[in-house]
Amino acid sequence: MIEKEHVILKDINLKRTEPGLSRKVIEEISYAKSEPDWMRELRLKSLEYFIQRPNPTFGVDISKLDLDIIVNYVRPNSKRQNSWEDVPEDIRENFEKLGIPEAERKALAGVGAQYDSEIVYHNMKDYLSKLGVIFVDMDTAVKEYPDLVKKYFMHLIPPNDHKFAALHGAVWSGGTFIYVPENISVPMPIQSYYLMGSPGMGQFEHTLIIVDKGAHFEFIEGCSGQNYSVSNLHAGAVEIYVNEGATVKFSTIENWAKNTYNLNTKRASVDKDGTILWISGTMGSAKTMLYPSSILKGKGARTEYTTIAYAGPGQHLDTGTKVFHFAPYTSSKVDSRSISFGGGYSFYRGLLKVSQSAIHSRSSVECSALMVDDISKSDTLPIIEVMNNESEIGHEAYIGKISEDQIYYLMSRGLTEDDAKALIVRGFLDPFIKQLPFEYAVEFNRMINMNFNSKIG
Amino acid sequence: MELIKIVDLHASVGEKEVLKGVNLTVNENEVHAVMGPNGAGKTTLINVIMGNPKYNVTSGDVLFEGKSILKMTVDERARLGIFQSFQYPEEISGVTFINFLRLAHEKIHPDEKMGVLEFGDMLLKTADFLKIDRDFLKRYVNLGFSGGERKKAEILQLSVLNPRVALLDETDSGLDIDALRIVSEGINRAVNSGISVLLVTHYRRILDYVRPQFVHVFIDGRIIKTGGFEIAEELEKNGYGSVEEARL
Repeated sequence: MIEKEHVILKDINLKRTEPGLSRKVIEEISYAKSEPDWMRELRLKSLEYFIQRPNPTFGVDISKLDLDIIVNYVRPNSKRQNSWEDVPEDIRENFEKLGIPEAERKALAGVGAQYDSEIVYHNMKDYLSKLGVIFVDMDTAVKEYPDLVKKYFMHLIPPNDHKFAALHGAVWSGGTFIYVPENISVPMPIQSYYLMGSPGMGQFEHTLIIVDKGAHFEFIEGCSGQNYSVSNLHAGAVEIYVNEGATVKFSTIENWAKNTYNLNTKRASVDKDGTILWISGTMGSAKTMLYPSSILKGKGARTEYTTIAYAGPGQHLDTGTKVFHFAPYTSSKVDSRSISFGGGYSFYRGLLKVSQSAIHSRSSVECSALMVDDISKSDTLPIIEVMNNESEIGHEAYIGKISEDQIYYLMSRGLTEDDAKALIVRGFLDPFIKQLPFEYAVEFNRMINMNFNSKIG
Repeated sequence: MELIKIVDLHASVGEKEVLKGVNLTVNENEVHAVMGPNGAGKTTLINVIMGNPKYNVTSGDVLFEGKSILKMTVDERARLGIFQSFQYPEEISGVTFINFLRLAHEKIHPDEKMGVLEFGDMLLKTADFLKIDRDFLKRYVNLGFSGGERKKAEILQLSVLNPRVALLDETDSGLDIDALRIVSEGINRAVNSGISVLLVTHYRRILDYVRPQFVHVFIDGRIIKTGGFEIAEELEKNGYGSVEEARL
């Protein structure tokens, strides 16, 4: 999932909408999904916002992203299956090519897999349904849990929030819906895989997670795709509602193909004494804009980030974190790191707001960037606005190049120059790697070795 | 048997010539001390033998077992069996000392194929000998280590990596008397196991613990006098000035 960049996927029988965005395309999508009227209306309203809103004026250059030729909906010729064996063989093969191993599936409480625009596989261990956990694909949720969906869907990320939120609202398809009832601890993570297999398409999955009071839940999403000469677009949305005293850990291992524009929006609102933990690895895509946000709105709410951006040749990763302290005694901790190598460009964009009423809040932000060579670039832009005098705010930023002295030291211990660089990079990213499930950590280290021609074990 | 032979070695940093014709031979089972004032070029000498790319060799040669190593990379020299201990070892964040040592051991002794448990056992024994807390091995390489801890960690690496010849750069500086004794015991243990040592220092102090057969007085980029331990005593009594005067 992480390292396999040059996979050639099998051709699959697909149905797709015509390129570009129009009322007709949206009605077609809505019709194909047999959606209720309110959802179709939300889509059409979003289309209006999309037409009105300008492109973002910061971040990556998207002038070459031609939305008129992007195919916004690609339906694989398969119904959603609950058994892996029932998924058509060609689709299954494509997932397996990306290395989704059996062993990993066994360690999870549930798995969803999306191919292009639709979830093709969905499975949850029985005990979860007995606990009252709801885990379905988003399209099913619209039909089966309309009240919950109406109440929460695109409320944290309103369609008129920004241009790509509007686009998402108009053409969203697939994704995951999760509800965890009060005081339930889900013992193993649930995981969703998103795969883009078609050239020139957009993927717009929607993830909606509601974790009720005192519950604990962990979610992992993995993203991957085949590289094409034309641009692909990913504009997903993640909305997480953390209720009082609940804890959610949300991990992303993103490795979109290097032809992908990844313009993604993720937000969590956290009630009293709740906790959101973001683990985020951005390795893939040509260009990314991603700033997971935490809205700490209840007293004692807490957020923690462990994020990395890993920008190699041709990549521009504009990532960061946004934290809003809106209640007293809230706390935030950010550890954000980036690597740039081979001409890659990573940009950290951080926003921290502490409102007047958020007294006795605490925040510590650490962002560090490591450049491996002279041709790579790195920038950081942290913005801090604190509106009260009774909060503790700490901020540290570091941008540096791998030092020749470090390399010399490691080489004097028998490591080649490439090994030395790989080891330094790996060490620098250790806080993130430590948070990964074992198989992912192994693959992640393999990816670093591959990028640095290293063979360290 | 001849391990390292330095022949009329000249080297510079940028435009500045630092080594001005060094000749020195280190045979198997020998301990050499190179003594000299600050800025004489002692550390440069060690770095040039190890192959630090910051220094340019302008003429002369460095041979290992009779073959020139000047064209070899630093890691190739390390794999030949040359070890440098650093005065200010680098920090490597996110890499535990134990993982680092295991990796280095694999690279330097690829044929030994030591199992994880066997390696761990050897490492713990060595750590115990050097009175290094076992928890220390789980910490990141040199990160937040005190000066003394770093020096001990360097000598731990020396023991575990078991080179043919060790180049020790002011291993005694900044050590209190207890740490100095322990570090010296570590060096002696290496010497007793057959590792040759080239020890660079400007104090006689460590030579009370680690006894060299040869003492070289190193001033202004070259060795101006070589002899036995008595030279160290003479330096202690009269300072470097006396040797320099004698030379004139």
